[in-house]
Amino acid sequence: MVDRTGTPLVELRDISISFGGIKAVDHVSVDLYPGEVHGLLGHNGAGKSTLIKCLSGAYKMDTGEILVNGRRVEINNPRDARANNIETIYQTLALADNLDAASNLFLGRELTTPLGTVNDAAMEAECRKIMGQLNPNFRKFKDPVSALSGGQRQSVAIARAVYFDARILIMDEPTAALGPHETQMVADLIKQLKAQGIGIFLIDHDVHAVMELCDRASVMKNGQLVGTVDIPDVTDDDLLGMIILGKKPGQAAA
Amino acid sequence: MTDQTTPVSTTIQPDPGDNAVKRFLKATEIDTRLLGMVGALLMIWIGFHLYGALVNGFGAFLTPRNLWNLSVQTASIGIMATGMVLVIVPRHIDLSVGSLLGLCAVVMGVVQTEVLPAVFGLGHPMIWVFAVISGLVVGTIVGAFQGALIAYGKIPAFIVTLGGLLVWRGVAYLVVRGETISPLDSTFSLLGGGPYGAVGAVGSWIVGVLGCVGVIFLLVNGRRQRRKFHFPLRPVWAETFLGILGCGIVIGAVLLVNSYPWPRGIVRQYAEANAIEVPESGLFISHGFAIPVLILLAVGIAMTFIMTRTRFGRYVFAIGGNPEAAELAGINTKRMTVKIFALMGFLCGLSAVVASARLNSATNALGTLDELFVIAAAVIGGTSLSGGIGTIYGAILGAFVMQSLQTGMVLIGFDAAIQQVVVGSVLVIAVYLDILYRRRQK
Ligand SMILES: Nc1ncnc2c1ncn2[C@@H]1O[C@H](COP(=O)(O)OP(=O)(O)OP(=O)(O)O)[C@@H](O)[C@H]1O
Ligand SMILES: [Mg+2]
Repeated sequence: MVDRTGTPLVELRDISISFGGIKAVDHVSVDLYPGEVHGLLGHNGAGKSTLIKCLSGAYKMDTGEILVNGRRVEINNPRDARANNIETIYQTLALADNLDAASNLFLGRELTTPLGTVNDAAMEAECRKIMGQLNPNFRKFKDPVSALSGGQRQSVAIARAVYFDARILIMDEPTAALGPHETQMVADLIKQLKAQGIGIFLIDHDVHAVMELCDRASVMKNGQLVGTVDIPDVTDDDLLGMIILGKKPGQAAA
Repeated sequence: MTDQTTPVSTTIQPDPGDNAVKRFLKATEIDTRLLGMVGALLMIWIGFHLYGALVNGFGAFLTPRNLWNLSVQTASIGIMATGMVLVIVPRHIDLSVGSLLGLCAVVMGVVQTEVLPAVFGLGHPMIWVFAVISGLVVGTIVGAFQGALIAYGKIPAFIVTLGGLLVWRGVAYLVVRGETISPLDSTFSLLGGGPYGAVGAVGSWIVGVLGCVGVIFLLVNGRRQRRKFHFPLRPVWAETFLGILGCGIVIGAVLLVNSYPWPRGIVRQYAEANAIEVPESGLFISHGFAIPVLILLAVGIAMTFIMTRTRFGRYVFAIGGNPEAAELAGINTKRMTVKIFALMGFLCGLSAVVASARLNSATNALGTLDELFVIAAAVIGGTSLSGGIGTIYGAILGAFVMQSLQTGMVLIGFDAAIQQVVVGSVLVIAVYLDILYRRRQK
């Protein structure tokens, strides 16, 4: 059981952001504790990705505040997020298609030689090591990632997020393109990271996976937070009901 | 880790089905695209030579004199083409390079003929240094300014530099009121080549030896790196072949430039000035590498280093592959854009040095239409306009292709109209062939 008495690892308070007239995220508050997996669920277009992009620095929120370890932080760009040990696997994967796996893995944080030049050999060696753990069948180290399958690309994106000792991990549909075996490996990886005390926001449309992996789940609809529930207290159907009806279980349908 | 990792480096293994050529290419890891470009260039050279020999009775192309001149004429476009790769790879374009070259040239002209002589006195040995610096600074500032408009003003590079094409040409006119500045400082004009603006036989051999040492160092160091990380090695015979090939090209180039002697008039002048007795048979004084060619060489090496070995270069490619991903990976893409255009501007300044020094004059019209040749050189050299792909050596080879066509057609007496038709067609055909090649690679 996750201990939720101390200070949360991250608190998103009253986050709002709109694009043009659309309120993509509307006064949403969620938090995350060390060693916790917090699921985010909701329809397509509910605002899940937009919410976590405020935390990862991809978007700048209109209102609201972010606290890391109880301290208010300014996250204006992805560099700020990385500086707070926040790593993200984006739904779009955010890979540079013309570069190979190792270059993508280390993009923005290249290993360098004592002379300050990029050390491609060292990066490839590290890449081989981590890919050996995540996707042992992966062989295409020399090819640009445009030559990889969807699942292989996803493995590269996952490798990038977990390589750099994140404290807070955001996973936006990390298994969408993976086969059953690889999906299971990611599930094992999530459990392993959780045991290390890392906090994880997990966006996933698969309610069963959320039930299996998460400690709590928040459901969003039309940019608003429907509610946050403890997973042990709910059933699959409760979660589905929240997603479809936009009501917390037990709440009377109006 | 799995226990399949090999503790020692293996040698690259050919597939059993490969024929001899494929095996050879795989073992040496020679880029077939590069091979194709070099082949095309050689075909152009031989073609012009044979045409001259058969139709005009004299093949003038493959002579030391012509190839030496070709190398000098390529320098200016070649220098800018390396920068254009840097601009096009992250999906930008720079149409202002020719005009910016003109502006830098007239600024340097005014600085070295009017401003500095008033300060230091005429013919002071430091004049050329400050003149060059002034041109590089102007180029860099203008480039950075354009880059800032693109990055922070979010105006497309096409528009900003199209405006720049007109603006900087106009400013160049205003600086000199349309007048030609000539002659330039005598030391400065050496940077454009010519008999005195070349490093001579001994100097060329020094360059050649350094080149060979460089080739061998790269091969040895590459092998050491691979061994350290247990990556497959090239077979020893392939390494040896590459070493011999590399050194052979370098030494061949030295022999070529050293076999082009100074013209008799210059020799006489030189002999008189230095009180040397000229024997009956004449004195053979080699040109050696021209200074602008060495500048191009240095720029090529430096830019290759930047593009392939530095973080900056890595980010340029990343932005070209996926600008959004680059931003999400924490790369400050706006600042990158400013730096990229500043570097392009710097290279325009350097190109202006070479171009104005070669003519020993500076006019506001210098570099007119260069933007087209520079972009064409980069694109012929395999830089993809959709971004993410490009090499420095490709752009330099592309510049050689463009200049070879120009020179060759002048030599065999094609008039300007036909030249335009040919150059334009070659550009389109070259890009089409490149597209076909890439499609087959996939
Ligand atoms: N950059 C943007 N510009 C304009 N509108 C946007 C932008 N990003 C998201 N939106 C809008 O915000 C809303 C929420 O989108 P978001 O991507 O957060 O949904 P999601 O919950 O992640 O959906 P999915 O399950 O399909 O990934 C949608 O209506 C979308 O159209
Ligand atoms: Mg989403």
